[in-house]
Amino acid sequence: MTAPPASPPSPPSPPSPPSAPPVKRHHWIVRLTHWLTFVVLVGMILSGLQIYGAYARFGERDGPYYAPNPFQDHGFPTWSRLGGWLAGGLNWHFTLMWPLTLGGLLYLSYLAASGEWRSLLFRPRDIRGAIEMQKYYLRLRKDHPPQGKHNPLQKAAYTFIILLGVLSVLSGFAIYKPTQLSWLTALFGGFQAARYWHFWAVWIFTGFLVVHVLLVFIVDPASLRAMITGWYRGRFPSHD
Amino acid sequence: MIDRRALLRLAAGAGTASLVAACGWDGGNAVRPLLLDVSRFNDWVGEKIFFSKNRLAPEYPVAERTARLPSYFISPSLPMLENPSAWRLQVAGLVREPQALSLEQLHAMPRTSYTVKHHCVEGWSAIATWHGVPVSAVAERCGMLPQARYVRFDSFDSGYSNGWDLASAMHPQTILAYGMNDNPLPPTHGAPLRLYSPTKLGYKMTKYLVSLTFTAERPGGYWEDQGYPWFGGV
Repeated sequence: MTAPPASPPSPPSPPSPPSAPPVKRHHWIVRLTHWLTFVVLVGMILSGLQIYGAYARFGERDGPYYAPNPFQDHGFPTWSRLGGWLAGGLNWHFTLMWPLTLGGLLYLSYLAASGEWRSLLFRPRDIRGAIEMQKYYLRLRKDHPPQGKHNPLQKAAYTFIILLGVLSVLSGFAIYKPTQLSWLTALFGGFQAARYWHFWAVWIFTGFLVVHVLLVFIVDPASLRAMITGWYRGRFPSHD
Repeated sequence: MIDRRALLRLAAGAGTASLVAACGWDGGNAVRPLLLDVSRFNDWVGEKIFFSKNRLAPEYPVAERTARLPSYFISPSLPMLENPSAWRLQVAGLVREPQALSLEQLHAMPRTSYTVKHHCVEGWSAIATWHGVPVSAVAERCGMLPQARYVRFDSFDSGYSNGWDLASAMHPQTILAYGMNDNPLPPTHGAPLRLYSPTKLGYKMTKYLVSLTFTAERPGGYWEDQGYPWFGGV
């Protein structure tokens, strides 16, 4: 998941020569849940778009309908849907929800048990570092600020995406069982509002996915291999 | 430098995903049965973990009723009785005393009324008031036998039917509704009698009822047999 900054002019620890020994970066649980989540999330989104087409708006039957929704009254094209029809989409969605939530719980348990959450969780004290990092990216600062495994902006991104995952699962429960879990549905502002939250999470996930993959290939392609084998052999070994 | 092997693996994964999507794939003969098995497991989770026989659905003020509740039936035209006065609800199956109940007899039984939110599997929701007799009162009247595990509801809407688990059917808010929004149930919503419960999705609530049968075997249903979740609880 690490995507360090682009070509720092003078990083505190100089880029390792190609002969540098590989660094163990990702535990197998992290690699397993990373790829599991990727495949399953794609399936959840595609089947979700199938389900959306059955009632392509948000709001009680008589309206008003929630805005903004650029997709109001428009289903998604066939290539972007999984399931073929509503029941097929539901069955995919309600099957993939298991590996999605179980994988998510496994990952969070690993973070908690290993202590790795410390290098990932964005905390108030990271705000200052995040500003420095932003300055560096904007060329307002010459030297790369010192960092641990992830820089404060990465911490912010990864913390945010984990929270988005939690929000998606919780809003999913609120839509799945609005009567049995009526308290949860009420927390989201009601059944239709929960659908709206769930829907917007899709676009934030999609945006994250695009930026995440772009950064990997543009900035540090070796991090892709690290997420597969666990070993990092690139230009930016961890600073800690 | 891009790691070629890693890139290939990523491409293989993405390729599979887009191929799956391109076909509007319902799983095919290989995966569809697996998805349906998980759906059966989800039925169990829905009944045993999420559902509570004592938890009541939230009620809403009458002022929040939806002006127009959509009407659904599977017949080519609105299902209507030729002779409404001859209509009877047949109560049969695993019971001590099978019944043929007229609307007047149902009116004379305990009455439940509530204003609740209706959840359709498509994703829409609407609020309406319903009144009728709890299914549990009918079960008591006919002397339901302990072997009964399910209830089958049949209609005169081109054979539309539903199968229910007994726990959901005996829920205090599960009623045989003969009234909607303080008026007699209109033909567009299942007159003379329909099943209603705020703990189920709309397609589980059989309209145009003709019979109610207590069974030991799990009954199918019109949409359920085509792949929709059998439990359909919300």
